[in-house]
Amino acid sequence: MRHVIAILIENEAGALSRVAGLFSARGYNIESLTVAPTEDASLSRMTLVTRGSEDVVEQIIKQLNKLIDVVKLIDLEETIHIERELMLVKIKTADKMRDELRSVVDIFRGKIIDVTPTSYVIEMTGTSDKLDAFIATVDKNSIIEVVRSGATGISRGEKGLHL
Amino acid sequence: MELNGAQIVIQSLKDEGVEYIFGYPGGAVLHLYDAIFQQDDVKHILVRHEQGATHAADGYARSTGKPGVVLVTSGPGATNAVTGIATAYMDSIPMVVISGQVPSAVIGSDAFQEVDMVGITRPCVKHNFLVKDVTKIAETIKKAFYVATSGRPGPVVIDIPKDITAPDVKVSYSYPKKVEMRSYHPATTGNKGQIKKAIELLLTAQRPVIYSGGGVVLGEGSQELIELAHLLGFPVTQTLMGLGAFPSTDKQFIGMLGMHGTYEANMTMHESDLILAIGARFDDRVTGKLDLFCPYAKIIHVDIDPASISKTVKVGVPIVGEVKLVIRQLIDGLKEAKYKIDKKAAESWWQQVNQWRSIQCLEFDRNSRAIKPQFVIEQMYEVTRGEAFVTSDVGQHQMWAAQYYPFDKPRRWINSGGLGTMGFGLPAAIGVKLAHPDADVACVTGDASIQMCIQELSTALQYKTPIKIINLNNNYLGMVRQWQEFSYESRYSHSYMETIPDFVKLAEAYGHVGIRIDKPEDVRPALEKAFAMKDRTVFLDILTDRTENVYPMIETGKSHHDMKLRVAIGTTTDRELS
Ligand SMILES: Cc1cc2nc3c(=O)[nH]c(=O)nc-3n(C[C@H](O)[C@H](O)[C@H](O)COP(=O)(O)OP(=O)(O)OC[C@H]3O[C@@H](n4cnc5c(N)ncnc54)[C@H](O)[C@@H]3O)c2cc1C
Ligand SMILES: Cc1ncc(C[n+]2csc(CCOP(=O)(O)OP(=O)(O)O)c2C)c(N)n1
Ligand SMILES: [Mg+2]
Repeated sequence: MRHVIAILIENEAGALSRVAGLFSARGYNIESLTVAPTEDASLSRMTLVTRGSEDVVEQIIKQLNKLIDVVKLIDLEETIHIERELMLVKIKTADKMRDELRSVVDIFRGKIIDVTPTSYVIEMTGTSDKLDAFIATVDKNSIIEVVRSGATGISRGEKGLHL
Repeated sequence: MELNGAQIVIQSLKDEGVEYIFGYPGGAVLHLYDAIFQQDDVKHILVRHEQGATHAADGYARSTGKPGVVLVTSGPGATNAVTGIATAYMDSIPMVVISGQVPSAVIGSDAFQEVDMVGITRPCVKHNFLVKDVTKIAETIKKAFYVATSGRPGPVVIDIPKDITAPDVKVSYSYPKKVEMRSYHPATTGNKGQIKKAIELLLTAQRPVIYSGGGVVLGEGSQELIELAHLLGFPVTQTLMGLGAFPSTDKQFIGMLGMHGTYEANMTMHESDLILAIGARFDDRVTGKLDLFCPYAKIIHVDIDPASISKTVKVGVPIVGEVKLVIRQLIDGLKEAKYKIDKKAAESWWQQVNQWRSIQCLEFDRNSRAIKPQFVIEQMYEVTRGEAFVTSDVGQHQMWAAQYYPFDKPRRWINSGGLGTMGFGLPAAIGVKLAHPDADVACVTGDASIQMCIQELSTALQYKTPIKIINLNNNYLGMVRQWQEFSYESRYSHSYMETIPDFVKLAEAYGHVGIRIDKPEDVRPALEKAFAMKDRTVFLDILTDRTENVYPMIETGKSHHDMKLRVAIGTTTDRELS
């Protein structure tokens, strides 16, 4: 099962390596990991996507909680939540392909944010699935570069992950 | 009060109530050593190798419950300490290790004697800190002691760059009375709903057993455990780390469980319908093959660390909390409960347990002309009236000490269980003796293990810590040899050392008394003589039966009811392997 875990962690040097080190030392897999400071400068928020059986994910959550720097965490899988990932894609565009590509980008609610005579840079956000789907519709040979942020997530409704 | 960084470190340790620092100097900690020189309150023990410092601090901690404190220099000093830090980590021992670091300005430049101590120790500490500011030293030290000693204890490393302890930078000092950490809240009492469920199971069980471990020692829950066990009347088994928390001479005690546990303990576990696990972590040496582990049992598990629960074995009733408090909750709940334990069921269960006991799985050949290691431990038990602190190294001798010295009090049995670190015993004994100068302290060791930290014999002389070293000398890496005998058709690959030192001369060279014993009848008198020499460290080099194996044994991949027992109690007439 895929789990999205949101973590509030002390914004201190080494905090990230404690999380990354835990995963490599215990052989858990990390599908993606994003981290940035929050509105409270002393805290960072991480979103970690992992896969594992229920038992393994239970251990992962306990082990994460055990890290002294981890202040709070939730498994977003246990709440109704929203997930978003940002993707930038650079695509080779021959003249005749441009219209078609533009309409696909529209359908996926993406934006073209850079244009040269031979390329587009497309910005797109959405669930990781949606981004996968977009990549699948574009001709593989035309893709120059793909960069993805990894998933971030937040629960719906009034309740939130804060101190 | 205005102090420099080095003075702040030492003053903080003093304000924390630290008696001893175990350490070894070097460039990065020279300022600290200068501050140590200028005071007498915190005593420094100069070891001969940094590994020795960590094990000595560890022995001090295990025997007192107070945190052990270590000071090492950067680079090689720090890396030498890692084995001891990992040893403490695996057994959840409170320890604070201060390591010097190269000056802040050159960190990351491969400076002389630079290693990333915070990085290296991250997987084997409860937490670690790099101090970047003189004004943060006192607070960091306070936090380190708090984290090391609370909740599930463990080692904490504080890495301090040299410039932070510089003599010329003075700042105002006050040691914090308390620390609050928003990200760290150790558990206390157990969830009431879970306690209720547990009590129901305890009162309705037909074939119950208490399986308790190191957590009862660490959490000072011995009295509560005894009270609970007596109230319930259940058989009690303990892990290697738990020994002593419940008295081994109590009639409800059925011995250690696990790989080298007793027949009755393992059979009782296997056949039980309810296991009350307290402060034990279902280690693989205990469970054997997981698929076959205790097939009929429901499990209640009390542990302060949620990550210990359902880690290897799924548990029905998890109770997260301090042993002392949770056991008290259980006792109170049981006393208030309406129904009582089924006396009939208890009687027939005990009948079964006693039948397993009657096999006498720990019996050995008492007529042997070779010295049996088990006999040595039994004699040592009698000579010390069961009151000694016993440290051990790792191997067969460790198992024999655990099996044949029935500990009645917690913190008396001091050994490396989780990491299994050869070299632990001697320095640990020094730490124990410093903490308990009037007690008998014995180090049960083997001819291979003792060589791993033998240099600490010199420390023992300098600080006048008269300990008794009981070297069960089988001239083999005995535990390895045993596995090779059982699983590799006796191909003894590198488990034999063609040369070992003359331990008697070695002990004498270090300024101690050395005695060699090669006849069973000399064992008792030698032990008596050794323990009577109150002010000398005595090295008893006891040439034991080289073929002896540790029984019972659950081999890898087997389960509790599938033990290898000592088949026939044969007579070994000489020390050579046939
Ligand atoms: C050669 C060799 C052979 C061995 N053979 C055996 C064997 O036959 N049998 C055996 O038992 N072991 C054996 N061991 C030891 C084994 O490897 C483990 O170290 C040991 O079984 C672990 O003991 P434990 O479960 O009591 O856990 P410990 O490591 O002592 O852990 C303590 C547990 O208690 C919890 N705890 C700590 N403080 C508290 C508190 N205040 N309140 C509540 N919970 C708390 C912790 O979270 C942890 O889960 C052997 C080791 C060696 C080297
Ligand atoms: C540092 C270290 N290296 C290797 C081992 C593996 N090991 C476990 S027991 C043992 C042999 C110990 O021999 P000895 O000290 O003579 O004890 P004996 O088993 O003979 O009683 C070895 C090599 C270990 N536990 N620790
Ligand atoms: Mg040996």
